[in-house]
Amino acid sequence: MNLESSKGEMSAMRLLFLHLPAQTDKVRAQLEAPDTTRVPSSWRCPGWQGRDVTTGVPTFAPEEGTIDVRGLSKRFGAVRAVDDLTFSVEPGRVTGFLGPNGAGKTTTLRLMLGLATPDAGTATIGGRRYAEIPRPARHIGAALESASINPGRTARDHLRVYAPQIGADDERCDEVLATVGLTESADRRAGGFSMGMRQRLALATTLLGDPQVLLLDEPANGLDPEGIAWLRQFLRYLAGQGRTVLVSSHVLSEVEQTVDDVVIIARGRLVKACPLAGLEAMARPAVRVSSPDAEGLAAMITAEGWGQLADFVTPTTAVILDADCPRVGEAAAARGLTLHELAAAGTSLETLFLQLTADPDSPMLGAP
Amino acid sequence: MTAALRTEFRKVATTRVWWLTALVMFGYMLVMGMIMAFSLVSGMRAAEETGQPTSGGFGETILDPAAIATSVYTLAVALGYIFPAILGALSVTGEFRHRTITPTLLAEPRRTIVLTAKLVVVVPFAVVVAVAGVSGTVVGGAATLSLMGEPTLLGDSAIQRTILLSTVALVLWALVGVGFGSVLTNQVAAIVVLLAFTQFVEPLLRLLLAQFDATEVVSKFLPGAAGEAIAGSSLYVSSGLADLLAPWAGTLTLLGYAVALVLIGRFTTFRRDIG
Repeated sequence: MNLESSKGEMSAMRLLFLHLPAQTDKVRAQLEAPDTTRVPSSWRCPGWQGRDVTTGVPTFAPEEGTIDVRGLSKRFGAVRAVDDLTFSVEPGRVTGFLGPNGAGKTTTLRLMLGLATPDAGTATIGGRRYAEIPRPARHIGAALESASINPGRTARDHLRVYAPQIGADDERCDEVLATVGLTESADRRAGGFSMGMRQRLALATTLLGDPQVLLLDEPANGLDPEGIAWLRQFLRYLAGQGRTVLVSSHVLSEVEQTVDDVVIIARGRLVKACPLAGLEAMARPAVRVSSPDAEGLAAMITAEGWGQLADFVTPTTAVILDADCPRVGEAAAARGLTLHELAAAGTSLETLFLQLTADPDSPMLGAP
Repeated sequence: MTAALRTEFRKVATTRVWWLTALVMFGYMLVMGMIMAFSLVSGMRAAEETGQPTSGGFGETILDPAAIATSVYTLAVALGYIFPAILGALSVTGEFRHRTITPTLLAEPRRTIVLTAKLVVVVPFAVVVAVAGVSGTVVGGAATLSLMGEPTLLGDSAIQRTILLSTVALVLWALVGVGFGSVLTNQVAAIVVLLAFTQFVEPLLRLLLAQFDATEVVSKFLPGAAGEAIAGSSLYVSSGLADLLAPWAGTLTLLGYAVALVLIGRFTTFRRDIG
């Protein structure tokens, strides 16, 4: 925490964390300790509009943080890695960029960041292509591979290498190291780092410029459960300040608790872009019920009008769509039917995700 | 540009490559300086005793103490230029090997600036490596010459000039290395090709091309020969194996190689998609 911070700001920071779920002291200390918003004023990112005087939270111009992808396409030989992709990412929200391995997530991010040239379409951040933004790393913090670290460099030196172009001084490098919990390893060579430590260092690099927009490719890979919990809260905290946060993942459950919006792609094409709530609404509830009395079970299902919705896994076990456990339980009790199993078996978000992204040509991943 | 230069400077300064290269080159050149001084002086004395210069082994026997001193003191530029070349190449290939080219281009998307900054920043480190290498031959060579009772000629202004210019030639070799690394970004391949070309292919080509009048002029424009031309002399010349361009022409030729390679790298590697 910046020593000059006013008391009001300190308590505002505390207030900010009150709504967060229970944290370990360590996680809380990491979240509160560094003031990640302190950068020299001349280097502030284009969308920076100072801080809200009552909450101490930095405010950003939302239009500078909007990511727009329009008709983006990229082929590698015969493979359409990214195929006419259109979506947008809003500031102030955490957006999950989801798809199975090989869906084109990393290629899309590379196109957005000017590392690769699209065959068609545009990707803009705050209305400009990445290459058109002066000193872009101040405005956009992006980490594509945690492996992008020279093993011969120490963690601190890794940050100091990129600091001049971002306008961060040595003090700022130490601050972001503290933010990601690498202070004690600051002078160790990165070659000896675990995957989780490399992820933290890659994240620290993106934070150097206190950017308004964060693009993170699979940031949870290799993190331990405590690290994942910390990352979730940290990303929510950043989005809460009005920043744009885009996190890619190949597992929905990994980001389910973090994201507000999802952009799902498969085989380079957009499958679904909506708020997470929209996805949850698509998931259908269901009940799995089994009874030793196969005839009684069938009779109950017919009598209750569930015939069209029920699917008999075995003669004694059925899955009933759009039903809930209390209703099925009561119906069974009313007829004196012995139940051996009664459980919610709705389409989980993960199953829905698998169905949405399944390759129709693949024999392995058909709809269940 | 200033920020890009600071970034590139920190990249080289924060790894061990530059001072390891300087250290290894110093050691190698120290030993080579001693061996060459010893064998050239021994050869000269043997020829004086028998009264007939021999031409066995590596070219003709050198009979002039000044030519021996020049040959010994220019060993760094005749044999050791692989070291600054590798230093330069690694500044580009290392980025691809460790995939740090991604954060590099995220911080500075203007690829010409990245490449230019690498060229500028390699110079001070190449000066350290070049001084280390030239010191090796001078220390090893002069010590051996004086132990064997021959003049070191270190006070001679022509010799001093040669020593200084061979340092300049080695620094230019680092620029050639940056260009080469930007063309061939696979680090292992780049080092293997550099080693093979400088230690084997070029020496062989020079000997072969020098055999015929029509091709002799070509051999002078090979990069190694151009480097020696900057220094003004070399073991090859003293042994009568080759002629060199004028120092200014050698400088332009070696710079030409650097510029050509950098341009090729800019319009191939640094134009393509990264990653």
